[in-house]
Amino acid sequence: MITDPTQPKISWTHRIDVPVATAFGCIIVLLLIGSLYSSNFLSPAYLLQQLKVGAFLGIIATGMMLVILLGQIDLSVPWAVTMGAMMASAATAYGTWGEALAIPFGVLVGVCLGLVNGVGVAYLRIPSMIVTLAVNAVAQGLMVAYTGGFSPQDSASPAMKYLAAGTLVFGLPNAVLVWIVVGILAVILLNRTTFGRAVYGIGNRETAAYLSGIATQRVVMTAFALSGGLAAFAGVLLAGYAGKAAQSMGDAYLLPAIAAVVLGGTSILGGRGKYIGTVAGVILITLLQSILSVMQMAEFGRQIIYGAVIIAMLLLYGREKRSS
Amino acid sequence: MTGWRYFIDEHRGTLLALAIFCVMFTLYVSNHPAGFTPNVVQTAANKGVLLALVAIAQTFVVLTAGIDLSVGMVMILTNCLASYLVVGGLATTTGGVLAVLLTGVACGAINGAIVIFGRLQPIVTTIATGAVYYGIALWLRPFPGSTDDFNGDLADLLTGKVFHLLPASLVFLLGVILVIWLPFRRSVLGRAVYATGSSEVAAYMSGMPVLRAKMLAYVLSGLLAAIGGLYLTFFTYSGEASLANGNTYTLYSIAAVVLGGVSLFGGRGGAVGAIFGALAFRAIGDLLFVFDLDPLWQPLFQGLVLMVSVSLGSARLFRVRNRLDLFS
Amino acid sequence: MEGISKRYGGVRALEQAEITIHAGRVHAVLGENGAGKSTLIKVMSGVVTADAGRMLLDGQPVTFANPAAANAAGIVCIFQELSLIPDLSVADNIVISQPPTRFGMIDRAALTRIAVEALQRAGGGDIDPREIVKNLPLSRRQIVEIAKALARRPRLLILDEATSALTAADVTTVFGVLKRLRNEGIALLYISHRMHEIAELADDCTVFRNGRNVATYKAGTRSDSEVVELMIGREYTHKFPPRPTLAPDPGPPVLELRNISWPPRLNGISLKARAGEVVGLGGLDGQGQRELLLALFGVLRGVTGQVLIDGKPRSIGSPRAAKVDDIGMALIPEDRKTEGLMLPMSVRDNLSFASLDQFSRGGMIDRAAEGLAVADMIRLLGIRTDGTEALAGSLSGGNQQKIVIAKWLMTSPRIILLNDPTRGIDVGTKQEIYVLLRRLADAGAAILLYSTDYDELIGCCDRVLVLYDGAIKRELAGDEITQHALIASALNIEVAELA
Repeated sequence: MITDPTQPKISWTHRIDVPVATAFGCIIVLLLIGSLYSSNFLSPAYLLQQLKVGAFLGIIATGMMLVILLGQIDLSVPWAVTMGAMMASAATAYGTWGEALAIPFGVLVGVCLGLVNGVGVAYLRIPSMIVTLAVNAVAQGLMVAYTGGFSPQDSASPAMKYLAAGTLVFGLPNAVLVWIVVGILAVILLNRTTFGRAVYGIGNRETAAYLSGIATQRVVMTAFALSGGLAAFAGVLLAGYAGKAAQSMGDAYLLPAIAAVVLGGTSILGGRGKYIGTVAGVILITLLQSILSVMQMAEFGRQIIYGAVIIAMLLLYGREKRSS
Repeated sequence: MTGWRYFIDEHRGTLLALAIFCVMFTLYVSNHPAGFTPNVVQTAANKGVLLALVAIAQTFVVLTAGIDLSVGMVMILTNCLASYLVVGGLATTTGGVLAVLLTGVACGAINGAIVIFGRLQPIVTTIATGAVYYGIALWLRPFPGSTDDFNGDLADLLTGKVFHLLPASLVFLLGVILVIWLPFRRSVLGRAVYATGSSEVAAYMSGMPVLRAKMLAYVLSGLLAAIGGLYLTFFTYSGEASLANGNTYTLYSIAAVVLGGVSLFGGRGGAVGAIFGALAFRAIGDLLFVFDLDPLWQPLFQGLVLMVSVSLGSARLFRVRNRLDLFS
Repeated sequence: MEGISKRYGGVRALEQAEITIHAGRVHAVLGENGAGKSTLIKVMSGVVTADAGRMLLDGQPVTFANPAAANAAGIVCIFQELSLIPDLSVADNIVISQPPTRFGMIDRAALTRIAVEALQRAGGGDIDPREIVKNLPLSRRQIVEIAKALARRPRLLILDEATSALTAADVTTVFGVLKRLRNEGIALLYISHRMHEIAELADDCTVFRNGRNVATYKAGTRSDSEVVELMIGREYTHKFPPRPTLAPDPGPPVLELRNISWPPRLNGISLKARAGEVVGLGGLDGQGQRELLLALFGVLRGVTGQVLIDGKPRSIGSPRAAKVDDIGMALIPEDRKTEGLMLPMSVRDNLSFASLDQFSRGGMIDRAAEGLAVADMIRLLGIRTDGTEALAGSLSGGNQQKIVIAKWLMTSPRIILLNDPTRGIDVGTKQEIYVLLRRLADAGAAILLYSTDYDELIGCCDRVLVLYDGAIKRELAGDEITQHALIASALNIEVAELA
């Protein structure tokens, strides 16, 4: 059976990704559950507020997705977030120039952290979960030494506050806009660039990618640098949102970021996944958190339900994916 | 050919950890203002043993080429539980200790079941179950606290000194080795754990009980983490659901395991190495105190030690002659 | 075994296969790649279960859920892929399935005793049972593998290409062991591609073809050519494109190697390949052919010697460096599933993967240009696919192999290294690949072809270099390239001896 290869025939099953569809299905279910608890759960203002809260996670998850697509993982997210926030806030204290360069400086610190991860994974071939855990510890150590263990007194720059908490057009929060921009760039990066193609290739079969003459080590290192930079950027925004940085403000983002990516259908083993899935995963996680707080669930209950739901969902469709 | 070569070959990691520990501990003691006294040793031992127990817990899972990021949380959970249950006289205390240990076993079994039968990656699984265990701990102890009739006698007995000289915690650790580790190491299922970690396909092809071996590793990991939780309670007399503590112990357990020569790729190393790794890691961290450095630098210093120790394994890369071997 | 069938997806690996094995006899199984031999022994040893048919052991029907169950019934298999645990000691490996225990603990003294005894029976008395398996050379590991099988006291011992990694001396030892086992009343099932081994060892032979047993006979009752005919089931039908006579070319060869070494696998290899020439690499499997291609492609570290491209010395440190325009090297790797393709990715992604730089500017892919080039290539090679977005994994083996080749043709290579490119693919596709190779050569490429199939070397190559132990033992050109000459030089013996 030969079909004309210039006319790609794509069946609808090709187009609809089962995990992505499942994730969106779960979102609808959550919205329904939420509307049972609170009548204004479905109001545009509330949903927009959810998107705004989710934007920070969305930016972190974008970096995490890149790394997971490679078949790796980035556990240095907590302190990359915190470090980005603290460094950007610290820079703000240095006059006009410091204020102007606060955001790029914070991101740059994250990129450097990511580069260390990348060198460890790509060149030293240390398992990524170990090296990123170690880098996380080092980053924490640096910040503890820097702040003396207290909440830093520097506050975020006006630009950071505007980017995170302001609104530009039609009441659309800037944080959401930033996420949209990051998201579009990520889609382009993954689908339209040689880098993105190499990421998928390496995630599927690193040997084949290497033998195809791909600079695999450079790609892996870059992906980790991007992940670190995005995590730090989210930290910068979070500091802008809250007015200043805080100790271990990033701790709450590691599990949600991984969960969002994996629940969005990206294979934890690498090589497969679409950005739209990650978007769905982020919204899913954000809504779940929101419902738990609407239900006025205590912190302990949130942790339990949260972990249990993630395991349950992964068991639901993480399994069949592997056999295909 | 002498037997020494094989002995050294097999225990290289353990011996290296032992050497590091000896150097670090000598440095520590010789610079300690009080010098080499039973009290100094006891304090050092108590801190070290706590980490050593969690490190052994981590070892079991790492031997199967997996990782357990929930050990710290299991420890915190059992700590909170023990602060309620290890109370009163002999009977109630025994019951309490058993209940705490069983809880640890259950946590490990849940991890194992999800990894083995759910076929999820250990790393994602244990991060998620860690959240659940932490949530339960928080439910038990929303605020740090203790129970009035906590059995302090048992705690004092196990954290004190034997014959006014030897730290009881070290004796206890020796007991753990004799009662849990050595039988494991020499049992058929224990051998299967090593084989599974070394090459799961080959282990299956050789007709080994791969699934049971993995399950055993996770269950023992939970058990050891629970013993760690108990011991933490004996030190503090109280339970505290501290997220930071849980994360720190998980992280340090991995550091100890790596320092102790347990291969992260599975199949190599053992609890004895992990113990020396833990003790060495503690000694390194405490060096800062005896040299009068600001304790604020301790997390950074320990992070760097961890960083350097995981990088050491990359030395093997220089021996790789076929670059395709790097990818396997 | 009676009427055993096994399907993998749509592929029938075994169809109504039958075989009877007697105690105290060596039963050889012959057949081409994909004839069903491996599946047969997988069923017998419990690795997979048959879809239909039954297995009788001493007249009683049996089924094995897993290898452990087969072991318990006395069926032990030594697999082609080694099944040793790399991090455990030799002794631990030998007794791995049933270690001797005392009070539930492993009895180390007894363990060592059993291991030493098994090693001696397997002809490996010089191996220290305390050695970690990882540290042993391949041929010694094979001995350990046999010892491990013996320690299980098998009633039926299955050997799948058990001698492929062994040196001649080791083979003699192993044969001695096997003959003794036969005399002890053990049934042996022996799978090998080496005809002289079968002639020396076997009592009965069964030939498999397309998943069926086509003939069973007493050893020595059929001539070699009869057996070969049974295996392929037809007169030899490959048609190779004609070889053009090359005009002597005064310029420097496109590719020249001087004294390439990578001990112990490569020992001083020098060769020249000119534009338009197909140079074959022959010899028994594992004589350094693969390593030579990998060394050229910049994959191996610590290679000594000189590589000259167009007469100029170049150093190639990675596949990325090998594919640059003025070298233009391409390697069709050995295992298309792990080294050549990303099976879960689309045909398009796979085809353009090595040549993406051509379709991109500043890192951005021009999807339209990529699509055109991909479609051209699909048409040129006649790749049968359900569109460019179909997943590479959904294609047949032959078409997958075409994608691996096409992917590299898209880089317009001048030097093409092929590592056994027709292994396990259908005859039709093979034919197309032969034509393609010749066309590429005619277009000016220099081709280095390693093949385990002698006919392919005879039919395709202008010259054949026969490797033995990492060195070139003989060069055959034109009409000198015959089956006899190839086999004789592969075994490193004089032609006269064989004739």
